[in-house]
Amino acid sequence: MKVWILHVAVLLALLVLLLVLPAYHATNLARIMVLAVFAIGYNLAFGYTGLLSLGHALFFAAGVYGAALPVTYLGFAQLPALIAGLVAGAVMAGLTGLLALRTAGVSFMIVTLMFAQAGYLSLLYFGEVTGGDEGLVLPGAAGLIPGLSADAARTTIAYGLFALALIASLLLVRGRFGRTMVAMRENEERSRMLGYNPFAVKLAALVLSGLFAGASGAAYALLFGYAGASFATIQYSILPMLWVLMGGAGTVLGPLIGTAAMFYLVDIAGSYTTATLLFVGVALVLLILFAPRGILGTIRERWLPWLP
Amino acid sequence: MAAVILSARALTRHFGGLRAVDGVDFDLHQGDIHALIGPNGAGKTTFVGLLSGRIPAQSGTITLAGEDITRLPAHARVRKGIAYTFQITSVYPRLSVFDNVALAVQQGTDRDLGPAVMAALSRVNLADRAEQTAGTLSYGHQRLLEMGMGLALRPRILILDEPTQGLASGEIANFKALIRSLVPETTVLLIEHNMDVVMDLATRITVLNLGQHLATGTAAEIRANPAVQDAYLGGHHAAD
Repeated sequence: MKVWILHVAVLLALLVLLLVLPAYHATNLARIMVLAVFAIGYNLAFGYTGLLSLGHALFFAAGVYGAALPVTYLGFAQLPALIAGLVAGAVMAGLTGLLALRTAGVSFMIVTLMFAQAGYLSLLYFGEVTGGDEGLVLPGAAGLIPGLSADAARTTIAYGLFALALIASLLLVRGRFGRTMVAMRENEERSRMLGYNPFAVKLAALVLSGLFAGASGAAYALLFGYAGASFATIQYSILPMLWVLMGGAGTVLGPLIGTAAMFYLVDIAGSYTTATLLFVGVALVLLILFAPRGILGTIRERWLPWLP
Repeated sequence: MAAVILSARALTRHFGGLRAVDGVDFDLHQGDIHALIGPNGAGKTTFVGLLSGRIPAQSGTITLAGEDITRLPAHARVRKGIAYTFQITSVYPRLSVFDNVALAVQQGTDRDLGPAVMAALSRVNLADRAEQTAGTLSYGHQRLLEMGMGLALRPRILILDEPTQGLASGEIANFKALIRSLVPETTVLLIEHNMDVVMDLATRITVLNLGQHLATGTAAEIRANPAVQDAYLGGHHAAD
Protein backbone atom coordinates (compact mmCIF):
# COMPACT_ATOMS: atom_id res chain seq x y z
CA MET A 1 0.00 0.00 0.00
CA LYS A 2 2.70 2.50 0.97
CA VAL A 3 4.41 1.67 -2.32
CA TRP A 4 1.38 2.93 -4.23
CA ILE A 5 1.00 5.99 -2.00
CA LEU A 6 4.63 6.92 -2.65
CA HIS A 7 4.41 6.58 -6.42
CA VAL A 8 1.10 8.40 -6.71
CA ALA A 9 2.55 11.13 -4.49
CA VAL A 10 5.55 11.46 -6.80
CA LEU A 11 3.24 11.77 -9.81
CA LEU A 12 1.16 14.43 -8.02
CA ALA A 13 4.30 16.32 -7.01
CA LEU A 14 5.42 16.34 -10.65
CA LEU A 15 2.03 17.70 -11.67
CA VAL A 16 2.27 20.52 -9.12
CA LEU A 17 5.82 21.32 -10.27
CA LEU A 18 4.65 21.53 -13.89
CA LEU A 19 1.94 23.99 -12.88
CA VAL A 20 4.03 26.28 -10.67
CA LEU A 21 7.46 26.21 -12.35
CA PRO A 22 8.42 28.98 -14.78
CA ALA A 23 8.20 28.03 -18.45
CA TYR A 24 11.91 27.32 -18.86
CA HIS A 25 11.98 24.77 -16.06
CA ALA A 26 8.62 23.29 -17.03
CA THR A 27 10.00 22.56 -20.48
CA ASN A 28 13.11 21.09 -18.90
CA LEU A 29 10.92 18.89 -16.77
CA ALA A 30 8.97 17.75 -19.84
CA ARG A 31 12.26 16.79 -21.46
CA ILE A 32 13.39 14.98 -18.30
CA MET A 33 10.13 13.03 -18.09
CA VAL A 34 10.35 11.88 -21.71
CA LEU A 35 13.98 10.84 -21.29
CA ALA A 36 13.15 9.17 -17.96
CA VAL A 37 10.85 6.84 -19.91
CA PHE A 38 13.96 5.80 -21.86
CA ALA A 39 15.79 5.28 -18.57
CA ILE A 40 12.89 3.22 -17.18
CA GLY A 41 13.16 1.00 -20.23
CA TYR A 42 16.92 0.67 -19.87
CA ASN A 43 16.46 -0.16 -16.20
CA LEU A 44 14.16 -3.09 -17.05
CA ALA A 45 16.96 -4.70 -19.06
CA PHE A 46 19.96 -3.60 -17.02
CA GLY A 47 18.69 -3.03 -13.49
CA TYR A 48 16.19 -5.88 -13.23
CA THR A 49 17.30 -8.51 -15.75
CA GLY A 50 21.04 -7.85 -15.57
CA LEU A 51 21.47 -7.26 -19.31
CA LEU A 52 24.21 -4.65 -19.70
CA SER A 53 23.47 -3.30 -23.17
CA LEU A 54 25.50 -0.66 -24.97
CA GLY A 55 23.07 -0.56 -27.85
CA HIS A 56 19.96 1.12 -26.53
CA ALA A 57 20.55 4.14 -28.79
CA LEU A 58 19.35 1.84 -31.58
CA PHE A 59 15.99 1.29 -29.86
CA PHE A 60 15.64 4.97 -28.97
CA ALA A 61 16.46 5.95 -32.57
CA ALA A 62 14.04 3.32 -33.84
CA GLY A 63 11.38 5.16 -31.86
CA VAL A 64 12.55 8.55 -33.15
CA TYR A 65 12.45 7.48 -36.79
CA GLY A 66 9.58 5.05 -36.35
CA ALA A 67 7.53 8.16 -35.56
CA ALA A 68 9.30 10.74 -37.73
CA LEU A 69 9.34 8.85 -41.04
CA PRO A 70 5.58 8.13 -41.13
CA VAL A 71 4.87 11.75 -40.17
CA THR A 72 7.18 13.10 -42.87
CA TYR A 73 6.45 10.71 -45.73
CA LEU A 74 3.06 9.17 -45.01
CA GLY A 75 1.34 12.08 -43.35
CA PHE A 76 0.68 10.19 -40.11
CA ALA A 77 -1.03 12.09 -37.30
CA GLN A 78 0.91 12.37 -34.06
CA LEU A 79 -0.78 9.67 -32.01
CA PRO A 80 -0.48 6.90 -34.63
CA ALA A 81 3.12 8.04 -35.16
CA LEU A 82 3.82 7.64 -31.44
CA ILE A 83 2.45 4.11 -31.55
CA ALA A 84 4.49 3.34 -34.69
CA GLY A 85 7.56 4.58 -32.84
CA LEU A 86 7.11 2.42 -29.79
CA VAL A 87 6.38 -0.63 -31.95
CA ALA A 88 9.55 0.12 -33.93
CA GLY A 89 11.55 0.23 -30.69
CA ALA A 90 10.16 -3.12 -29.54
CA VAL A 91 10.68 -4.79 -32.93
CA MET A 92 14.23 -3.51 -33.18
CA ALA A 93 14.98 -4.78 -29.67
CA GLY A 94 13.48 -8.16 -30.57
CA LEU A 95 15.57 -8.51 -33.72
CA THR A 96 18.72 -7.39 -31.93
CA GLY A 97 17.99 -9.70 -29.00
CA LEU A 98 17.46 -12.75 -31.21
CA LEU A 99 21.10 -12.47 -32.26
CA ALA A 100 22.79 -10.62 -29.39
CA LEU A 101 21.30 -12.79 -26.61
CA ARG A 102 23.26 -15.74 -27.91
CA THR A 103 26.08 -14.01 -26.03
CA ALA A 104 26.34 -12.79 -22.46
CA GLY A 105 28.39 -10.41 -20.34
CA VAL A 106 31.12 -8.48 -22.12
CA SER A 107 30.33 -10.11 -25.47
CA PHE A 108 26.73 -8.94 -25.14
CA MET A 109 27.93 -5.38 -24.54
CA ILE A 110 30.12 -5.48 -27.64
CA VAL A 111 27.52 -7.09 -29.89
CA THR A 112 24.81 -4.62 -28.87
CA LEU A 113 27.27 -1.75 -29.37
CA MET A 114 28.04 -3.03 -32.87
CA PHE A 115 24.35 -3.27 -33.75
CA ALA A 116 23.81 0.29 -32.58
CA GLN A 117 26.76 1.55 -34.59
CA ALA A 118 25.44 -0.28 -37.65
CA GLY A 119 22.11 1.43 -37.07
CA TYR A 120 23.75 4.85 -36.81
CA LEU A 121 25.76 4.32 -40.00
CA SER A 122 22.64 3.11 -41.79
CA LEU A 123 20.85 6.32 -40.86
CA LEU A 124 23.74 8.30 -42.36
CA TYR A 125 23.93 6.05 -45.44
CA PHE A 126 20.25 6.57 -46.18
CA GLY A 127 20.62 10.29 -45.52
CA GLU A 128 18.29 11.26 -48.37
CA VAL A 129 15.42 9.67 -46.48
CA THR A 130 16.49 10.14 -42.86
CA GLY A 131 18.06 13.57 -43.19
CA GLY A 132 21.31 12.11 -41.81
CA ASP A 133 23.16 14.48 -39.54
CA GLU A 134 20.87 17.37 -40.37
CA GLY A 135 17.82 15.35 -39.57
CA LEU A 136 14.17 16.00 -40.24
CA VAL A 137 12.15 18.89 -38.82
CA LEU A 138 8.73 17.80 -37.61
CA PRO A 139 5.61 19.89 -36.94
CA GLY A 140 6.29 19.96 -33.19
CA ALA A 141 3.89 20.19 -30.29
CA ALA A 142 1.76 23.13 -31.46
CA GLY A 143 -1.86 22.10 -32.00
CA LEU A 144 -1.34 18.62 -30.51
CA ILE A 145 -4.07 19.26 -28.01
CA PRO A 146 -6.73 21.69 -29.28
CA GLY A 147 -6.93 24.85 -27.18
CA LEU A 148 -3.50 24.39 -25.57
CA SER A 149 -0.32 26.21 -26.45
CA ALA A 150 2.65 24.22 -27.75
CA ASP A 151 4.34 24.37 -24.34
CA ALA A 152 1.25 23.27 -22.45
CA ALA A 153 0.52 20.45 -24.89
CA ARG A 154 4.11 19.26 -24.67
CA THR A 155 4.22 19.14 -20.89
CA THR A 156 0.79 17.49 -20.72
CA ILE A 157 1.73 14.71 -23.12
CA ALA A 158 5.17 14.24 -21.56
CA TYR A 159 3.53 13.94 -18.15
CA GLY A 160 0.92 11.48 -19.39
CA LEU A 161 3.52 9.29 -21.06
CA PHE A 162 5.77 9.33 -18.02
CA ALA A 163 2.91 8.52 -15.64
CA LEU A 164 1.87 5.58 -17.83
CA ALA A 165 5.45 4.31 -18.04
CA LEU A 166 6.02 4.61 -14.31
CA ILE A 167 2.82 2.79 -13.38
CA ALA A 168 3.45 0.13 -16.02
CA SER A 169 6.97 -0.50 -14.77
CA LEU A 170 5.77 -0.62 -11.16
CA LEU A 171 3.10 -3.20 -12.03
CA LEU A 172 5.61 -5.15 -14.07
CA VAL A 173 8.40 -5.41 -11.51
CA ARG A 174 6.01 -6.22 -8.65
CA GLY A 175 4.33 -8.95 -10.69
CA ARG A 176 5.35 -12.45 -11.64
CA PHE A 177 7.40 -11.47 -14.65
CA GLY A 178 9.30 -8.91 -12.56
CA ARG A 179 10.25 -11.67 -10.13
CA THR A 180 11.34 -13.82 -13.07
CA MET A 181 13.53 -11.03 -14.47
CA VAL A 182 15.24 -10.51 -11.12
CA ALA A 183 15.76 -14.26 -10.78
CA MET A 184 17.50 -14.31 -14.15
CA ARG A 185 19.80 -11.50 -12.98
CA GLU A 186 20.56 -13.16 -9.65
CA ASN A 187 21.14 -16.77 -10.73
CA GLU A 188 20.52 -17.84 -14.31
CA GLU A 189 21.42 -21.51 -13.78
CA ARG A 190 19.04 -21.84 -10.84
CA SER A 191 16.29 -20.22 -12.87
CA ARG A 192 16.86 -22.68 -15.69
CA MET A 193 16.44 -25.53 -13.22
CA LEU A 194 13.14 -24.02 -12.08
CA GLY A 195 11.91 -24.40 -15.65
CA TYR A 196 12.59 -20.90 -17.01
CA ASN A 197 14.00 -20.63 -20.50
CA PRO A 198 16.76 -18.03 -20.02
CA PHE A 199 16.78 -16.99 -23.67
CA ALA A 200 13.01 -16.45 -23.78
CA VAL A 201 12.94 -14.50 -20.50
CA LYS A 202 15.81 -12.23 -21.53
CA LEU A 203 14.35 -11.69 -24.99
CA ALA A 204 10.99 -10.69 -23.50
CA ALA A 205 12.72 -8.30 -21.08
CA LEU A 206 14.72 -6.76 -23.90
CA VAL A 207 11.61 -6.30 -26.06
CA LEU A 208 9.84 -4.57 -23.17
CA SER A 209 12.90 -2.43 -22.64
CA GLY A 210 12.91 -1.54 -26.35
CA LEU A 211 9.23 -0.70 -26.18
CA PHE A 212 9.86 1.93 -23.49
CA ALA A 213 12.93 3.23 -25.34
CA GLY A 214 10.93 3.44 -28.57
CA ALA A 215 8.06 5.27 -26.87
CA SER A 216 10.53 7.75 -25.41
CA GLY A 217 12.29 8.30 -28.74
CA ALA A 218 9.00 8.76 -30.58
CA ALA A 219 7.70 11.22 -27.99
CA TYR A 220 10.97 13.13 -27.99
CA ALA A 221 10.87 13.54 -31.76
CA LEU A 222 7.19 14.47 -31.86
CA LEU A 223 7.17 16.84 -28.88
CA PHE A 224 10.38 18.68 -29.66
CA GLY A 225 9.90 18.60 -33.41
CA TYR A 226 13.15 17.07 -34.56
CA ALA A 227 14.55 13.68 -35.64
CA GLY A 228 18.22 13.20 -36.46
CA ALA A 229 20.90 10.55 -36.75
CA SER A 230 22.58 12.03 -33.66
CA PHE A 231 19.96 10.19 -31.57
CA ALA A 232 21.56 6.92 -32.71
CA THR A 233 25.09 7.80 -31.60
CA ILE A 234 26.78 5.94 -28.78
CA GLN A 235 26.06 8.87 -26.50
CA TYR A 236 22.41 7.77 -26.41
CA SER A 237 23.46 4.28 -25.34
CA ILE A 238 25.68 5.58 -22.55
CA LEU A 239 23.28 8.22 -21.22
CA PRO A 240 20.48 5.90 -20.06
CA MET A 241 23.08 3.75 -18.33
CA LEU A 242 24.41 6.81 -16.49
CA TRP A 243 20.91 7.94 -15.54
CA VAL A 244 20.05 4.50 -14.19
CA LEU A 245 23.35 4.12 -12.34
CA MET A 246 22.93 7.52 -10.76
CA GLY A 247 19.31 7.04 -9.74
CA GLY A 248 19.73 3.41 -8.68
CA ALA A 249 19.65 0.33 -10.90
CA GLY A 250 16.74 -1.96 -10.11
CA THR A 251 14.59 0.72 -8.47
CA VAL A 252 11.34 1.99 -9.99
CA LEU A 253 11.88 5.70 -9.26
CA GLY A 254 15.65 5.63 -9.79
CA PRO A 255 15.48 6.37 -13.53
CA LEU A 256 13.51 9.58 -12.93
CA ILE A 257 15.82 10.74 -10.14
CA GLY A 258 18.94 9.91 -12.15
CA THR A 259 17.70 11.56 -15.32
CA ALA A 260 16.71 14.73 -13.46
CA ALA A 261 19.95 14.87 -11.47
CA MET A 262 22.14 14.38 -14.52
CA PHE A 263 20.10 16.84 -16.58
CA TYR A 264 20.45 19.62 -14.04
CA LEU A 265 24.08 18.76 -13.35
CA VAL A 266 24.85 19.37 -17.03
CA ASP A 267 22.53 22.39 -17.14
CA ILE A 268 24.11 24.11 -14.15
CA ALA A 269 27.67 23.19 -15.13
CA GLY A 270 26.90 24.56 -18.60
CA SER A 271 26.38 28.05 -17.21
CA TYR A 272 30.01 28.10 -16.01
CA THR A 273 31.94 26.09 -18.56
CA THR A 274 31.64 24.25 -21.85
CA ALA A 275 33.37 21.22 -20.29
CA THR A 276 30.13 19.84 -18.86
CA LEU A 277 31.13 16.22 -19.43
CA LEU A 278 33.89 16.75 -16.87
CA PHE A 279 31.24 17.36 -14.22
CA VAL A 280 29.35 14.28 -15.35
CA GLY A 281 32.57 12.26 -15.07
CA VAL A 282 33.41 13.54 -11.60
CA ALA A 283 29.86 12.88 -10.42
CA LEU A 284 30.09 9.32 -11.68
CA VAL A 285 33.44 8.66 -10.03
CA LEU A 286 32.07 9.96 -6.72
CA LEU A 287 28.97 7.85 -7.17
CA ILE A 288 30.90 4.65 -7.86
CA LEU A 289 33.20 5.33 -4.90
CA PHE A 290 30.64 6.31 -2.31
CA ALA A 291 27.22 5.09 -3.50
CA PRO A 292 27.66 2.30 -6.05
CA ARG A 293 23.97 1.45 -5.79
CA GLY A 294 22.96 4.93 -6.91
CA ILE A 295 20.88 7.48 -5.06
CA LEU A 296 17.73 5.46 -4.53
CA GLY A 297 19.60 2.14 -4.26
CA THR A 298 21.55 3.56 -1.32
CA ILE A 299 18.41 4.92 0.32
CA ARG A 300 16.76 1.51 -0.07
CA GLU A 301 19.75 -0.27 1.40
CA ARG A 302 20.08 2.02 4.41
CA TRP A 303 16.60 3.16 5.28
CA LEU A 304 13.72 1.97 3.11
CA PRO A 305 14.05 -1.74 2.33
CA TRP A 306 10.46 -1.90 1.03
CA LEU A 307 11.17 0.32 -1.98
CA PRO A 308 10.43 -1.55 -5.22
CA MET B 1 6.78 -53.89 -9.82
CA ALA B 2 5.65 -50.34 -10.53
CA ALA B 3 5.95 -48.88 -14.01
CA VAL B 4 9.25 -47.40 -15.20
CA ILE B 5 8.92 -43.60 -15.22
CA LEU B 6 12.43 -42.61 -16.26
CA SER B 7 14.95 -44.76 -18.05
CA ALA B 8 18.36 -44.40 -19.62
CA ARG B 9 19.91 -46.66 -22.23
CA ALA B 10 23.62 -46.74 -23.06
CA LEU B 11 23.91 -43.22 -21.67
CA THR B 12 27.38 -41.83 -22.29
CA ARG B 13 29.33 -38.68 -21.58
CA HIS B 14 33.09 -38.38 -21.81
CA PHE B 15 35.10 -35.32 -20.82
CA GLY B 16 38.22 -35.57 -22.98
CA GLY B 17 39.72 -38.90 -22.03
CA LEU B 18 37.69 -39.18 -18.83
CA ARG B 19 34.77 -41.59 -19.21
CA ALA B 20 32.56 -39.86 -16.66
CA VAL B 21 29.46 -41.81 -17.69
CA ASP B 22 30.08 -44.76 -19.97
CA GLY B 23 27.15 -46.66 -21.44
CA VAL B 24 24.88 -46.75 -18.39
CA ASP B 25 21.48 -48.49 -18.47
CA PHE B 26 19.15 -47.36 -15.72
CA ASP B 27 15.45 -47.63 -14.80
CA LEU B 28 13.63 -45.52 -12.25
CA HIS B 29 10.32 -47.01 -11.05
CA GLN B 30 7.30 -44.93 -10.16
CA GLY B 31 7.07 -44.30 -6.40
CA ASP B 32 10.55 -45.52 -5.52
CA ILE B 33 13.14 -43.83 -3.37
CA HIS B 34 16.10 -44.74 -5.48
CA ALA B 35 19.61 -44.05 -4.18
CA LEU B 36 22.61 -43.63 -6.45
CA ILE B 37 25.85 -44.54 -4.73
CA GLY B 38 29.44 -45.11 -5.71
CA PRO B 39 32.95 -44.00 -4.82
CA ASN B 40 34.07 -40.42 -5.48
CA GLY B 41 34.48 -39.88 -9.21
CA ALA B 42 32.08 -42.69 -10.09
CA GLY B 43 30.10 -40.30 -12.31
CA LYS B 44 27.03 -39.88 -10.12
CA THR B 45 26.69 -36.12 -10.45
CA THR B 46 27.38 -36.26 -14.19
CA PHE B 47 24.78 -39.01 -14.52
CA VAL B 48 22.00 -37.03 -12.84
CA GLY B 49 23.21 -33.99 -14.79
CA LEU B 50 22.48 -35.96 -17.96
CA LEU B 51 19.06 -37.03 -16.67
CA SER B 52 18.11 -33.46 -15.72
CA GLY B 53 19.52 -31.98 -18.91
CA ARG B 54 22.14 -29.77 -17.29
CA ILE B 55 24.77 -31.70 -19.26
CA PRO B 56 23.99 -32.78 -22.84
CA ALA B 57 24.30 -36.48 -23.53
CA GLN B 58 26.96 -37.61 -25.95
CA SER B 59 25.12 -40.77 -26.93
CA GLY B 60 22.41 -43.02 -25.60
CA THR B 61 18.77 -42.22 -24.89
CA ILE B 62 16.69 -40.98 -21.97
CA THR B 63 12.94 -41.59 -21.88
CA LEU B 64 10.40 -40.08 -19.49
CA ALA B 65 7.24 -42.21 -19.28
CA GLY B 66 7.96 -43.53 -22.77
CA GLU B 67 8.77 -40.17 -24.33
CA ASP B 68 12.28 -39.59 -25.66
CA ILE B 69 13.66 -36.51 -23.87
CA THR B 70 17.34 -36.98 -24.74
CA ARG B 71 17.55 -33.75 -26.75
CA LEU B 72 15.20 -31.68 -24.56
CA PRO B 73 16.86 -28.68 -22.84
CA ALA B 74 16.96 -28.65 -19.05
CA HIS B 75 14.22 -26.04 -18.53
CA ALA B 76 11.82 -28.03 -20.72
CA ARG B 77 12.52 -31.20 -18.70
CA VAL B 78 11.74 -29.30 -15.50
CA ARG B 79 8.41 -28.34 -17.02
CA LYS B 80 7.78 -32.00 -17.81
CA GLY B 81 8.20 -32.81 -14.12
CA ILE B 82 11.89 -33.54 -13.47
CA ALA B 83 13.03 -31.28 -10.63
CA TYR B 84 16.67 -31.03 -9.64
CA THR B 85 18.20 -29.70 -6.46
CA PHE B 86 21.81 -28.67 -6.44
CA GLN B 87 24.66 -30.33 -4.58
CA ILE B 88 26.03 -26.94 -3.62
CA THR B 89 23.04 -25.07 -2.27
CA SER B 90 21.83 -22.71 -4.95
CA VAL B 91 19.09 -20.40 -3.70
CA TYR B 92 18.69 -16.72 -4.62
CA PRO B 93 20.57 -15.25 -1.64
CA ARG B 94 19.40 -11.64 -2.13
CA LEU B 95 15.71 -12.49 -2.49
CA SER B 96 13.31 -13.28 0.33
CA VAL B 97 12.52 -16.88 1.23
CA PHE B 98 9.00 -16.20 -0.06
CA ASP B 99 10.25 -15.02 -3.45
CA ASN B 100 12.57 -18.01 -3.77
CA VAL B 101 9.67 -20.41 -3.46
CA ALA B 102 7.28 -18.16 -5.42
CA LEU B 103 9.60 -18.49 -8.40
CA ALA B 104 8.92 -22.21 -8.35
CA VAL B 105 5.21 -21.97 -7.52
CA GLN B 106 4.45 -19.45 -10.27
CA GLN B 107 5.52 -22.05 -12.83
CA GLY B 108 2.37 -23.96 -11.91
CA THR B 109 -1.28 -23.13 -12.35
CA ASP B 110 -1.99 -21.43 -9.01
CA ARG B 111 -3.84 -18.16 -9.51
CA ASP B 112 -3.13 -16.99 -5.99
CA LEU B 113 0.57 -17.29 -5.15
CA GLY B 114 0.47 -16.45 -1.45
CA PRO B 115 -1.28 -19.53 -0.01
CA ALA B 116 0.52 -21.93 -2.35
CA VAL B 117 3.91 -20.52 -1.38
CA MET B 118 3.12 -20.69 2.32
CA ALA B 119 1.93 -24.29 1.94
CA ALA B 120 5.21 -25.22 0.25
CA LEU B 121 7.17 -23.44 2.99
CA SER B 122 5.20 -25.24 5.70
CA ARG B 123 6.22 -28.60 4.27
CA VAL B 124 9.87 -27.76 4.95
CA ASN B 125 9.13 -25.90 8.22
CA LEU B 126 10.19 -22.50 6.93
CA ALA B 127 6.81 -20.75 6.98
CA ASP B 128 7.83 -18.46 9.86
CA ARG B 129 10.85 -17.26 7.88
CA ALA B 130 9.07 -16.24 4.69
CA GLU B 131 10.13 -12.59 4.90
CA GLN B 132 13.75 -13.32 5.71
CA THR B 133 16.45 -12.78 3.07
CA ALA B 134 17.48 -16.23 1.88
CA GLY B 135 21.21 -15.50 2.13
CA THR B 136 20.89 -14.92 5.88
CA LEU B 137 19.45 -18.39 6.57
CA SER B 138 21.63 -20.99 8.25
CA TYR B 139 23.13 -23.65 6.00
CA GLY B 140 20.63 -26.28 7.09
CA HIS B 141 17.73 -23.94 6.43
CA GLN B 142 19.12 -23.09 3.00
CA ARG B 143 19.18 -26.80 2.18
CA LEU B 144 15.55 -27.03 3.30
CA LEU B 145 14.70 -24.01 1.16
CA GLU B 146 16.37 -25.68 -1.80
CA MET B 147 14.18 -28.74 -1.16
CA GLY B 148 11.12 -26.53 -0.78
CA MET B 149 11.79 -24.95 -4.17
CA GLY B 150 12.09 -28.38 -5.75
CA LEU B 151 8.88 -29.58 -4.11
CA ALA B 152 6.99 -26.42 -5.04
CA LEU B 153 7.42 -27.38 -8.68
CA ARG B 154 5.20 -30.41 -7.86
CA PRO B 155 7.55 -32.67 -9.77
CA ARG B 156 6.91 -36.24 -10.88
CA ILE B 157 10.57 -36.96 -10.24
CA LEU B 158 12.70 -35.19 -7.65
CA ILE B 159 16.46 -35.52 -8.12
CA LEU B 160 18.52 -34.68 -5.03
CA ASP B 161 22.29 -34.35 -5.16
CA GLU B 162 23.73 -35.12 -1.70
CA PRO B 163 20.81 -33.60 0.21
CA THR B 164 22.06 -34.48 3.70
CA GLN B 165 25.57 -33.11 3.25
CA GLY B 166 26.28 -30.71 6.08
CA LEU B 167 23.06 -31.39 7.97
CA ALA B 168 23.01 -32.08 11.71
CA SER B 169 21.68 -35.48 12.82
CA GLY B 170 18.36 -34.02 13.99
CA GLU B 171 17.93 -32.36 10.63
CA ILE B 172 18.67 -35.65 8.87
CA ALA B 173 15.81 -37.33 10.74
CA ASN B 174 13.45 -34.59 9.59
CA PHE B 175 14.78 -34.93 6.07
CA LYS B 176 14.08 -38.67 6.00
CA ALA B 177 10.54 -38.11 7.22
CA LEU B 178 10.03 -35.48 4.55
CA ILE B 179 11.27 -37.76 1.77
CA ARG B 180 9.04 -40.63 2.95
CA SER B 181 6.04 -38.30 2.86
CA LEU B 182 6.64 -37.54 -0.84
CA VAL B 183 6.29 -41.07 -2.23
CA PRO B 184 4.53 -42.61 -4.05
CA GLU B 185 3.15 -39.48 -5.77
CA THR B 186 6.67 -38.23 -6.38
CA THR B 187 9.51 -40.52 -7.34
CA VAL B 188 12.79 -39.67 -5.65
CA LEU B 189 16.29 -40.20 -7.02
CA LEU B 190 19.06 -39.20 -4.67
CA ILE B 191 22.82 -39.23 -4.66
CA GLU B 192 23.89 -39.89 -1.10
CA HIS B 193 27.14 -40.62 0.69
CA ASN B 194 25.63 -41.21 4.12
CA MET B 195 25.16 -45.02 4.11
CA ASP B 196 22.83 -44.95 7.11
CA VAL B 197 20.49 -42.69 5.18
CA VAL B 198 20.77 -44.84 2.05
CA MET B 199 20.14 -48.16 3.79
CA ASP B 200 17.30 -46.73 5.85
CA LEU B 201 15.53 -44.75 3.15
CA ALA B 202 16.13 -46.30 -0.24
CA THR B 203 13.74 -48.85 -1.69
CA ARG B 204 16.23 -49.49 -4.46
CA ILE B 205 19.92 -48.74 -4.87
CA THR B 206 22.08 -48.38 -7.96
CA VAL B 207 25.86 -48.50 -7.69
CA LEU B 208 28.04 -46.71 -10.23
CA ASN B 209 31.78 -47.25 -10.49
CA LEU B 210 34.17 -45.55 -12.92
CA GLY B 211 31.27 -44.29 -14.99
CA GLN B 212 29.71 -47.72 -15.39
CA HIS B 213 26.69 -49.45 -13.93
CA LEU B 214 27.82 -51.96 -11.33
CA ALA B 215 24.66 -53.24 -9.65
CA THR B 216 21.04 -52.43 -8.88
CA GLY B 217 18.91 -53.95 -6.14
CA THR B 218 17.46 -53.62 -2.67
CA ALA B 219 19.61 -52.65 0.28
CA ALA B 220 20.10 -56.31 1.24
CA GLU B 221 21.03 -57.34 -2.29
CA ILE B 222 23.53 -54.52 -2.61
CA ARG B 223 25.11 -55.38 0.75
CA ALA B 224 25.54 -58.98 -0.35
CA ASN B 225 26.94 -58.18 -3.79
CA PRO B 226 30.67 -59.03 -3.88
CA ALA B 227 31.41 -56.69 -6.78
CA VAL B 228 29.95 -53.79 -4.84
CA GLN B 229 31.94 -54.74 -1.78
CA ASP B 230 35.10 -54.75 -3.86
CA ALA B 231 34.45 -51.42 -5.46
CA TYR B 232 32.99 -49.49 -2.65
CA LEU B 233 32.02 -50.82 0.72
CA GLY B 234 35.40 -51.89 2.02
CA GLY B 235 37.44 -54.11 -0.26
CA HIS B 236 37.08 -57.30 1.84
CA HIS B 237 34.39 -59.82 1.00
CA ALA B 238 31.96 -60.50 3.77
CA ALA B 239 32.88 -64.17 3.54
CA ASP B 240 36.62 -63.55 3.99
